Amino acid sequence: MKDIKIQVNDLSLYYGEKKALKEITMQVPANKVTALIGPSGCGKSTFLRCINRMNDLIPSVSITGQMLVEGVDIYDKNVDVVNIRKKIGMVFQKSNPFPKSIYENVAYGSRINGINDKRELDEIVETSLRQAAIWDELKDRLGDSALGLSGGQQQRLCIARTLAVSPDIILMDEPASALDPISTSKIEELVHELKEQYTIIIVTHNMQQAARTSDHTAFFYMGELIEMGKTNDIFTKPEKKQTEDYITGRFG
Amino acid sequence: MNSQIPSKQNFTKESLKKQFRLSEFLAEKIISSVAFLSIAIIFLIFIFVFKESLPIFSQGKESVKTEIQQSAASNDKPESYGGSETSAELQPESYGGVEKEELQPESYGGVEKEELQPESYGGVEKEDLQPESYGDVKKEDLQPESYGGVEVEPLVADDNSAESTEVKEEKSNSIWDSLLTADWVPVSENPRFGLLSLLIGTLKVTIISMLIAGPIAILAALYTACFASKRTKEIIKPIIEMLAAFPSVVIGFFALMVMATFFQDIFGYDSRLNAFVGGIAMALASIPIIYTISEDALSSVPKTYTEASLALGANKWQTAFYVVLPAATPGIFAALLLGVGRVFGETMIALMATGNAALMSANPFESVRTFAATIGAEMAETVFGETHYSVLFFIGSLLFIFSFGLNALAEFYVKGRLIKKFQGK
Ligand SMILES: Nc1ncnc2c1ncn2[C@@H]1O[C@H](COP(=O)(O)OP(=O)(O)OP(=O)(O)O)[C@@H](O)[C@H]1O
Ligand SMILES: [Mg+2]
Repeated sequence: MKDIKIQVNDLSLYYGEKKALKEITMQVPANKVTALIGPSGCGKSTFLRCINRMNDLIPSVSITGQMLVEGVDIYDKNVDVVNIRKKIGMVFQKSNPFPKSIYENVAYGSRINGINDKRELDEIVETSLRQAAIWDELKDRLGDSALGLSGGQQQRLCIARTLAVSPDIILMDEPASALDPISTSKIEELVHELKEQYTIIIVTHNMQQAARTSDHTAFFYMGELIEMGKTNDIFTKPEKKQTEDYITGRFG
Repeated sequence: MNSQIPSKQNFTKESLKKQFRLSEFLAEKIISSVAFLSIAIIFLIFIFVFKESLPIFSQGKESVKTEIQQSAASNDKPESYGGSETSAELQPESYGGVEKEELQPESYGGVEKEELQPESYGGVEKEDLQPESYGDVKKEDLQPESYGGVEVEPLVADDNSAESTEVKEEKSNSIWDSLLTADWVPVSENPRFGLLSLLIGTLKVTIISMLIAGPIAILAALYTACFASKRTKEIIKPIIEMLAAFPSVVIGFFALMVMATFFQDIFGYDSRLNAFVGGIAMALASIPIIYTISEDALSSVPKTYTEASLALGANKWQTAFYVVLPAATPGIFAALLLGVGRVFGETMIALMATGNAALMSANPFESVRTFAATIGAEMAETVFGETHYSVLFFIGSLLFIFSFGLNALAEFYVKGRLIKKFQGK
């Protein structure tokens, strides 16, 4: 089972009394792109945030079940959440660069890990920006504020920032939802290239995007995992009626 | 509705005609006039304060000349507060029972005695005049400026009247030469209005209190904004904010009675009331202000920054110090400025806790006299139109100008640079 990166067993999540995720059991393969699809409010973001324990920030959340990453339960008491997040990076739906310079945005993760050597940082910044396919656009204005960039550039900067700490797994919550088709296709290409080195889980509302970029697709509905399988299979011959309805747009 | 009927025109000139909305118009005008009025009032206050200080610029020459005559005539120590032996030697500013014949009431430019008609508003006879003798206090009881039963070392000016006369004859032609000296001896036969020691005192107290209040208030704000649970925050914040409404006289009293002794026991300095004690007391007064405004600035940093930082594997402290704090720099800077302004203008605490001795010294454990305290202490005793009076108003204008300057500097220069440094160009 070497290529199973994440094994989820009976994971349930409550916001206070409200059960937002219901006994999810699934496997995420390594070095592949897994897409999460489903109608709004079905718990995709909630599930994604479980994987790097971002839900810890919400006091009302309680979680049962197991989340095994390479066999280690990340909700175990002895696991340090900071180390989890260093290994599992996240790109948010709304781009959120820090109000710092472009350079400092990318260098931030390395700095907090104790890298302060200028040359080393320069190198990290350059390779990360290159990986995120934005180096050529930004190389002459690294000192400028990141907030002055366009939405698409900001999102790719955020991806570069995530890559700079060299995580194992990258979680992306609708990374292209606010972007124009050109930026979107750039990000899709990026995802395609990145999967060689990283395991990627991507949430999307765009069926074509899911079909184009992902190897596996999981369909969520009302907090439940309805169906998961190879993207091709899900989109051509789904087993469940709900999945078919959703994919063909006959949902409701 | 009848939007289907094609003949009906929705966009006619009439329906789109400009309308005059009285209530909107009035509200707008009232709000803007209130805003301008408050600006105008501030400006007028400044004009008034500055106008009152104008005489010192015009009368500079005369007063200096007469000053020289005066100091030549009286070679004893005129400005010895409470240090003289007998009441016969006592000079007029020794707040106490002086013998009438010796009286040289408030002669700020030494005119000869016979010519002197001091303070005769209306025809008061010279003999009746008891300048500045508030009640007939016995000299022994008199311990000027010793609040709270503490002995303040009597301030005896150096016996340099002869020398200073020569020096003055050589150079002092304008009031500036007098203002830019260290001696603040406003009530004497030979009054000197050197502002430098007051300036040093004010700066010393401000720096000490900001060094204490700044870090404490900002760290407390950081704690409540980034670490404290919601419950804790709801308790802490209102309590500290309530401190902002604490009367400064109470803080001053506390500093005078409790803190002064406490710190003297720890540090063992000589003068019980000094810049350090005053600085700490003023820090108490300015912490709530700095805290409240910084806390607001820190809380309004978007949560997405915090999430982004945590998602990169930063811990809470790193997130607070490297992301939240820099993002809130402009607000925190404004908070610090307000704190400086508060300390700068704080009068009551300065009067009660700093010792009020105008000394030129960098030692934080020496007594100091601040600008604001000087005005507060002396304004009631000056005579309208005198140099002393004008100089006090001049100090008032200085306070005004300082706070304006500070704000302008902050707005146009420091803030821009800080933002550039922390947030990129
Ligand atoms: N902080 C929260 N507190 C309480 N309930 C929440 C919270 N966040 C999300 N929920 C609820 O959990 C459910 C799942 O939300 P989630 O954000 O995971 O949906 P989603 O699938 O990501 O939707 P979308 O596609 O619109 O982003 C929703 O019903 C939502 O109302
Ligand atoms: Mg979502």
